Amino acid sequence: MVEELLFFMEVLVGGLLAGTMYSLVALGFVLIFKASATFNFSQGAMVFFSVLAFVGFMQDFNIPFVLAFILAALLMVVVGLCTERFVLRPLMNASEDTVLMATIGLGYVLEGLAQAAWGVEVRRLDLGIGDFPVPWIADNLKLFISALDITAGLVAAIMIIGLFLLFKYTKIGLGLRAVADDAGAASSIGIPLKHIMLLVWSAAGVVALVAGCMWGARAGVQFALVDLALKALPVLIIGGFSSIPGAIIGGLIIGAVEKVLEVYIGPFFGGAIEGWAPYVLAIFFLLYRPEGLFGEKIIRRV
Amino acid sequence: MKPVFMTYTKKDLINLAVCMVLSVLVIPTFITTEYWYTSILIPWLCLALATIGQQIVMGYTGQLALGAAGFMAAGAFAMFNLILRVPDLGFVGSLIVSGLIAAAFGILFGLPSLKVRGIYLMVATLASQFFIIWMIDKFGWFKNYDSSGIITAQDIVILGKPFTTPLAMYFVCLAVTTVLTLLAMNMARGSTGRNWMAVRDMDIAAESMGVSLLRTKVQAFAISAFYCGVAGALFAFCYLKSLEPVAFDIKLSFKILFMCILGGLGTINGAFIGAAFILLFPVLLNAIGNNVFHGAIDATIISSIEQVIFGGLMIIFMIYEPLGMAKLWENIKQKWKTKIPSSTNLKSFGKKT
Repeated sequence: MVEELLFFMEVLVGGLLAGTMYSLVALGFVLIFKASATFNFSQGAMVFFSVLAFVGFMQDFNIPFVLAFILAALLMVVVGLCTERFVLRPLMNASEDTVLMATIGLGYVLEGLAQAAWGVEVRRLDLGIGDFPVPWIADNLKLFISALDITAGLVAAIMIIGLFLLFKYTKIGLGLRAVADDAGAASSIGIPLKHIMLLVWSAAGVVALVAGCMWGARAGVQFALVDLALKALPVLIIGGFSSIPGAIIGGLIIGAVEKVLEVYIGPFFGGAIEGWAPYVLAIFFLLYRPEGLFGEKIIRRV
Repeated sequence: MKPVFMTYTKKDLINLAVCMVLSVLVIPTFITTEYWYTSILIPWLCLALATIGQQIVMGYTGQLALGAAGFMAAGAFAMFNLILRVPDLGFVGSLIVSGLIAAAFGILFGLPSLKVRGIYLMVATLASQFFIIWMIDKFGWFKNYDSSGIITAQDIVILGKPFTTPLAMYFVCLAVTTVLTLLAMNMARGSTGRNWMAVRDMDIAAESMGVSLLRTKVQAFAISAFYCGVAGALFAFCYLKSLEPVAFDIKLSFKILFMCILGGLGTINGAFIGAAFILLFPVLLNAIGNNVFHGAIDATIISSIEQVIFGGLMIIFMIYEPLGMAKLWENIKQKWKTKIPSSTNLKSFGKKT
C-alpha cells in the first residue's frame, strides 16, 4: 500500500514539476495577451528561435555561457522590435483573428530563419544540471525526482513572482494593464504605446529563451520544441489567458493530469494518450468555464 | 446576373466549360511527363478540395479551425477499411461513406464552436487533430493489424475497370473535385451559404434574424469535414498510394490553413489558387536553387527559406490584403475592365456626381 502511494506521489510530483515547464511557455503568451490583447501564436517558434540562437552562439562561435545568454536575450529584443514595427503597428486596427493569423505567419518566419541560420540537426544543451533523480530526495523521501524538474520549478516560480510584482506594483505594469484594457484610451492619456509593445515583446522573448533552455536541456534543441509549445495552449485555456498565476496553475494541472492519466489509464489504450489528453481536458474547461480558472470574464458587446 | 441553372449564372457555365476544356483536353494532350501528374496536378486537386473544406468552416462560417488533416486522416483510413471489409460498396460508394464518417467526426469536434470562438476554438479543434491520429495509430484494427506502419493503398477500381496510371488517377481526382466544387459553389450562394456568412459576420445578429446557430455551425463543420475526408481519401489513394497516420500530422493542417488564407478567405477559387501557390512555390525555389546556384545552396536551407517566405507572405497579406490572392486577382480584373480615364475625362475627376 505504502509502495503504491509512494509511486502515485512520484508520478504526481513528476507531473507537477513537468507542468511548470509548460507554465514557462504559457507565461510568454500571457505576457503579450495581458498587455496587448493579442494572441501570439508564434510564442512556440520564439522558444525554438531563441534557444537555438543561444546554443548556436555557444557551439559555433565558442562564446561563453553567460555572454551567449545575454546575446540571445538581446537578439530577442531585436525580434521584439522588428515585430512591433513590421507586424503589430500596421495591424493596429485589424481584428483579433487577423492579428492571430499574422502571428502564425510570424512563427513560420522565425522557425525558417532559425533553421536557415543554425541548421536542422538536434543540438544538445548542457546547463550543468543533470536530468536524473536527486540522490538526497531519493534516499530520504524515497521519491525519484529529476534535478532539472526542480530547477525548472524554481525558475518558473521566480519569474512568475517577478512578473506578478511588475504588473501589480510598478508604473510600467500599470501602463501595460491600461494598454491591454483600451489601447486607444491609453495612448490618448500619453502612455507610449510603441515602448509598451516593445517592452512586452522583448520580455516575452526573454521568457521564451528561459523556457527554451529548460526544454532544450531535457529534450535537445530541435524543431519538436515548436510542437511541445502548442501544449501551452490548453494550459492557457485552463488558467485563463490574462492571468499570470493562471499560467502556473494551468501548467501544474495539465502536467499532473497528463502524467497520472498516462500512467494509470494509458496502458489500457496502448499509451501515448498524453498527446491529446490536455486538449480534451481543455475542451471540458471550455464547455463549463470558457474564461479559465483565473481569467477575466469574456464579455462581448453587440 | 440571373442564374440559368440552380445558382449558376451564364458566366459560371462559360468558366466551367473553359476549365473543363483545359483540364480534360488541353492538359492531357500537352503534359505527358508523369512527374506533373503524380507530383503536382493530383496533389493540387486533392489539397484544393481539402482547402474548400477549410474555407467552408473558416472563410464562410468564420470559425477558426485547425484540424483539417485529422479529418483527412479519418477519411483516408475509413476508405481503406471500407474497401477492405465492404468490397461491395465500390470505389465511389466507399468515397462517399468515408466522407460521411469524417463528417461524423466533424460534428463531434465542431460542437465546442457553439460555446467558444477564435483561439479557443482553435485549441478545441487541435484536440480532434491529435485524437484522430492517435486513435488510428493505437488501434490496430484501423490499420488491419499491419505492423510495418505504412500500408499500401488498394488499387482504384471503378465499375470493374482499374484506374492505376497517373493520367487515370488524375481523371478520378478531377471528376470528384469538379462535382464537389460545383456543389460547394451552389451551397455557398444558396440559403446555406447565406446562413454561414450571416453567422460569420455577426452571430448574434444572425440568431436574432432566425438563423439557428446550432444548425448552421454544426452543418458547416459536418460539410467541411466531409470535404476534408473525401480529399484525404483521394490524397492517400491517388497521391501517396500508401496510408500512414504521420502523413496527416499537424503540419499538413497548417499547410491547408495557409492555402486557405493566402488563397483568399471566403472564396472557392481562392482554394485552388492557394493550393497551387503553396505546391508550386517550393518547386520553383528548388528549380532556382538547382539552375541558378547549381546546387550550391543546401536543400534544408531552401526549405527554410520557403518557410520564411510563406510566413512573410502571410503577414504581408494580413496587412495589405486580408482577403488573399483571390481578391488580388479580382482587383486586377477590375483594373482591366474599367477604362483608364483619358486626359479629357480627368477634369471631372474628384467631382461629386
